[in-house]
Amino acid sequence: MRITSLVTRITRQMLRDRRTLALLFFAPLLILTLMYFIFHSEASDLKIVVTGSDENIAEALKQADFQVTVAKHFSKESMAKNNIDGWLQFENGSMKLTLLNDEPSRAKAVQMQLAQGLQGDANNPSIDAHYVYGDADTKIFDIFSPMLVGFFVFFFVFLIAGIALLKERTSGTLERLLVTPIKRYEIVAGYVIGYGLFALIQTIIVVLYAVNVLDIVLVGSIWLVLLTNILVALVALSLGTLLSSFATSEFQMVQFIPLVIVPQIFFTGIFPLDGMADWLQQIGKIMPLYYASDALNGIMYKGLTFAEVVMDLLILLAFAVVFITFNILSLKKYRAL
Amino acid sequence: MRAVNAITIEEIAKGFKHKKVIQPLNLNIAERKIFGLLGPSGCGKTTLIKMIVGMMKPDTGKITVLDCEVPNEALLSEIGYMAQSDALYTELTGAENLEFFAKLYRLSKKEQRERIQYAAEIVQLTNDLSIRVAYYSGGMKRRLSLAIALVQNPKILILDEPTVGMDPVLKQSIWKELERLKNDEHKTILITTHVMDEAERCDNLAMLREGKIIASGTPAALKTQYGVQTFDEVFLKIVGEL
Ligand SMILES: Nc1ncnc2c1ncn2[C@@H]1O[C@H](COP(=O)(O)OP(=O)(O)O)[C@@H](O)[C@H]1O
Ligand SMILES: [Mg+2]
Repeated sequence: MRITSLVTRITRQMLRDRRTLALLFFAPLLILTLMYFIFHSEASDLKIVVTGSDENIAEALKQADFQVTVAKHFSKESMAKNNIDGWLQFENGSMKLTLLNDEPSRAKAVQMQLAQGLQGDANNPSIDAHYVYGDADTKIFDIFSPMLVGFFVFFFVFLIAGIALLKERTSGTLERLLVTPIKRYEIVAGYVIGYGLFALIQTIIVVLYAVNVLDIVLVGSIWLVLLTNILVALVALSLGTLLSSFATSEFQMVQFIPLVIVPQIFFTGIFPLDGMADWLQQIGKIMPLYYASDALNGIMYKGLTFAEVVMDLLILLAFAVVFITFNILSLKKYRAL
Repeated sequence: MRAVNAITIEEIAKGFKHKKVIQPLNLNIAERKIFGLLGPSGCGKTTLIKMIVGMMKPDTGKITVLDCEVPNEALLSEIGYMAQSDALYTELTGAENLEFFAKLYRLSKKEQRERIQYAAEIVQLTNDLSIRVAYYSGGMKRRLSLAIALVQNPKILILDEPTVGMDPVLKQSIWKELERLKNDEHKTILITTHVMDEAERCDNLAMLREGKIIASGTPAALKTQYGVQTFDEVFLKIVGEL
């Protein structure tokens, strides 16, 4: 019942803070939409020239959204002159790719699209190329949008819950609260449930928008996506409130963004993890968003089931449990009981 | 009837960093009395009070409230505390603030309604209860803080400069109410102040300076001791002497 009254209070406070609500619910949609358009435009009109091959491959590449020209002879010089992004040479059954690389992002896109377009038997590429994940329409955006969904939940819940507890600390209401018979765990539980509710609503809005409006692939279960994001929210919430005890102002809370949030982005899979040095990959394994991304990418893009992502979910849960315990302990500073 | 102590303080000391804020001091606060803690700003009144409430751990010494050693969970319901700085949820209305704290004390629905109404009446906020605290004036916030301290009907009231920012009429009515609470409901009240006319109305006083009790007794005894007519003079004499 004490927890209920805390939850009621938090809900009331949040509902009256329209700006924060808008930030929580609509900012992710805005950024998601923006990224959707940015990455869609990038992947289009990639020009590629094919030499020494048949129509089949050209057709397959057209399916993969390339502007394909089949030529008998071609050279690096004409590549630069005509601004051709890629030159695919077939000689004696082997394939050689030359990239213009005037913009690394375009070169990457060519490689990615090519890999998807020619997947299957590389020696005998056919029109019926079949894909392990995704399809010919797969965009880069599809691959990292699942991570984005998890990231938004993490970012906004971290900030909003952290600042909320910070405000409670600096305004003296936390001290005031602790001279009532409320238990320390009840305060933490109230916070987790109160802000967890809003995080849940945010997750639902973001996921539904991403899947239905932006048409992001969702192969697996939407319930599993929600479950994962609830765990992400729990971790973000407990980490945010914990770190808020090391901040003395809202601005200091914002200073945690480059320290805590930004490094995690590098390990979400937006940048390929396989290429990273071993020690760097190990660092990634202490970051909650690494597991969140792994799970979300698995569910949304690869269609993994609960049993296949359960390890990630358990690790996220463990993060949350540890942070929540630290939260309860850190309140000891205000009251020994 | 023997005089029972509601609060006993034994050899309490507290320092921050390298600064001693409370020197080892002893203090007894009798039950069913209004006890005034007097002293200039920065002398350690709030620090001492926070230790009594259990919000702050003393470096040494022992505090006993209602025969229980602080900190004690059961005590938290028996103490109504009003902090020096208003700790209120400004996004909520006055009524919602009161209701929130009332619920934390696990009052029944009926009790909640009665106590909230009673507390609001005492501080004359009944008509402003549905306004958000963000729109309250400084004095209104003090009054709401006082109402919150009263809401669970505690045996002991500990009020840190409760009347700051209140007009004389309201101050008068609040003092009347404090006296009524003492006489009719047998409450023990510990109050800090640096306003001397309030000191006159306390049953017992302790004067604090730089963390030490420099004088204590009834208002009349203190005036006789220093051979003066008013408390301002007692105060000036003490400060001047040191
Ligand atoms: N948390 C703290 N850290 C460091 N110094 C403090 C702290 N709280 C109070 N003080 C210092 O202790 C002294 C007494 O403060 P306080 O008890 O608030 O005085 P009063 O309530 O009598 O005005 C002041 O000098 C103040 O600066
Ligand atoms: Mg003070």
